Amino acid sequence: MVQVKEVLIRALRKSVYDPLKIILRSKRGAVGFAIVLFFALMATVGSLIVRYDPSTVNLSEALQPPSLKHPLGTDWFGRDILAMLIIGSQDVLFVSFVAALITTSVATFMGIISGYMGGKADSILVGVTDIVLTIPGFPLLIVIASILRTSNPVLLAAILSITAWAPLSRAIRAQTLTLRERGFIEMAKCLGMPSIHIITNEILPNIMPYIIINGIFAFTGAIYAQVGLFMLGLAPYKSQNWGVMLNLSVNYAGAVFSIKQASLLAPAICIILLQIGLVFLSGSLEEVFNPRLRSG
Amino acid sequence: MKDGGEIISEYVVETRKLTKEFEVSIGMLKARAKIRAVDEVSFGIKEGEQIALVGESGCGKSTLGRLLLGLLKPSSGQVLYKGRDIWHISRKEFEEFRRNAQIIPQNPYDALNPAKKLSAALIPQILRHKMARGRDEARKIALDLLERVGLSPPEDFIERYPSRLSGGQMQRVVIARAISVKPQFVVADEAVSMLDASLRVEILDMLHKIGEELRTTFLLITHDLGVARYFARNGKIAIMYLGDIVEVGETEETIRNPLHPYTKALLAAIPVPDPKIARERKIIPLKSIDVPSLLKPISGCKFHTRCPYATGDCEKIKPELRLISNRWVACHSP
Repeated sequence: MVQVKEVLIRALRKSVYDPLKIILRSKRGAVGFAIVLFFALMATVGSLIVRYDPSTVNLSEALQPPSLKHPLGTDWFGRDILAMLIIGSQDVLFVSFVAALITTSVATFMGIISGYMGGKADSILVGVTDIVLTIPGFPLLIVIASILRTSNPVLLAAILSITAWAPLSRAIRAQTLTLRERGFIEMAKCLGMPSIHIITNEILPNIMPYIIINGIFAFTGAIYAQVGLFMLGLAPYKSQNWGVMLNLSVNYAGAVFSIKQASLLAPAICIILLQIGLVFLSGSLEEVFNPRLRSG
Repeated sequence: MKDGGEIISEYVVETRKLTKEFEVSIGMLKARAKIRAVDEVSFGIKEGEQIALVGESGCGKSTLGRLLLGLLKPSSGQVLYKGRDIWHISRKEFEEFRRNAQIIPQNPYDALNPAKKLSAALIPQILRHKMARGRDEARKIALDLLERVGLSPPEDFIERYPSRLSGGQMQRVVIARAISVKPQFVVADEAVSMLDASLRVEILDMLHKIGEELRTTFLLITHDLGVARYFARNGKIAIMYLGDIVEVGETEETIRNPLHPYTKALLAAIPVPDPKIARERKIIPLKSIDVPSLLKPISGCKFHTRCPYATGDCEKIKPELRLISNRWVACHSP
């Protein structure tokens, strides 16, 4: 029992505490981490501090500019924008996170197996990947989303990942092919280690940095895809979803054309901010994985 | 090899007419050509022997080394371990062979996983082959191994990443890794070529000591005759040319009195620091300094295009390795 606790503490230290130290050392990393943390909190505990029910319509308070009562103002229907933003973030971030997880997992699995096994298995998997690569992602997404019309977050996430995994799979395969020829792999084979051990313990740790950083990009891609789908009206209406908010603010409140209603574009600003945060964070993560890039 | 009184084979590792061909595509039209890296090689290594396999780049020695370890599949011919063809045995027997035949790769910087600590380079295979009862015991064995290759204190090293080691230290860890499963046969592929000259003797001596202590048979592949001479001083040396083994014999004797024309040329080509001796040396008049390409098949003896003593037969018939008073030579007129 004590041993398990020790192993856990060691693992936590290695994967959380140490990298955090490196990330927070640079300005870029600190800013990126702060932003991402902010949104993570927004999506998890944010709903506890929301004062208004986002679906309450109150036309008498429609389109009010930011005030003490409504920090971000109200929209066309009199709903508090800040409340909608916070509740909405749950959906957007959760679905996108799951989508990124699916994309990355499938891509990693396909890429490593394909690259390591070679031969027939590789040819088949590469063929499948190539076919998926030629499919235009977003149009397909639109077609499927309009047919399925689901609000189940996991299903949505799966739809978002349908084509996203292919380019990443290809890149991971290329990395695996290179790693396969290295001396320590040859030795591992010679020492009689089974393929599964070589794949998980020898190859995977070397590709992990690449996977994580690409995972972050998959995350942002999924956010755009999701918000885009909702903005185009292709998914069941959820008033607080960022995409829906954007749709309404552009179509009903003329948000793009008039600066006075800028707060209506809050979701878009959030997305941009989150993107910046993630880019900074991934840049800092590169330092974590590659000690040679570190400044200190 | 005696097994319950019955002699299976006098060799630990043996090859019989072992051949390995590689297909390559040449030029724009991707014409396919076959390169015979190893050409019907038949020879054997006895238990506990220290052998140096010498040859110039591209002669097929690395390929032969990997064929001996079962890392490459032969195009034809056999590779035998304790008298059994390794490609025609049960899976369990092959696993047993796997454990007993290890490689020390050429590049120490590449032979360790940069993303893992040294403990991961030693412990997994100890556990896999059930050489310890648990992780703790495996770790003790690993620490012992590090101590044996001269990395002291081992507790300090075992938690390090390879990036924290020097080239010489890395090569020691690689050697520890190779012997961690107590193999009977180890192929060291240019194991010292990437190390500084000052480290070479140390590493070679360590390999010797391990060979004696663990009764391990070593095959050192190298292009450096000096390294071969030092390592195999109490063993044998084998000379390879374009996929053929042309001479095998006791190291000192072979170097002092080479019988095959290629061996003579090779030895004569070693630069000697003393100008007086250099001037007085006999120059072997090779017909050409160009090594023929393996893309075009060469009839008869592969060396006949350059050999100053070539006769008509040499062009037509390929000489087999013959035993001439304690030396194996593949030549019609040694």
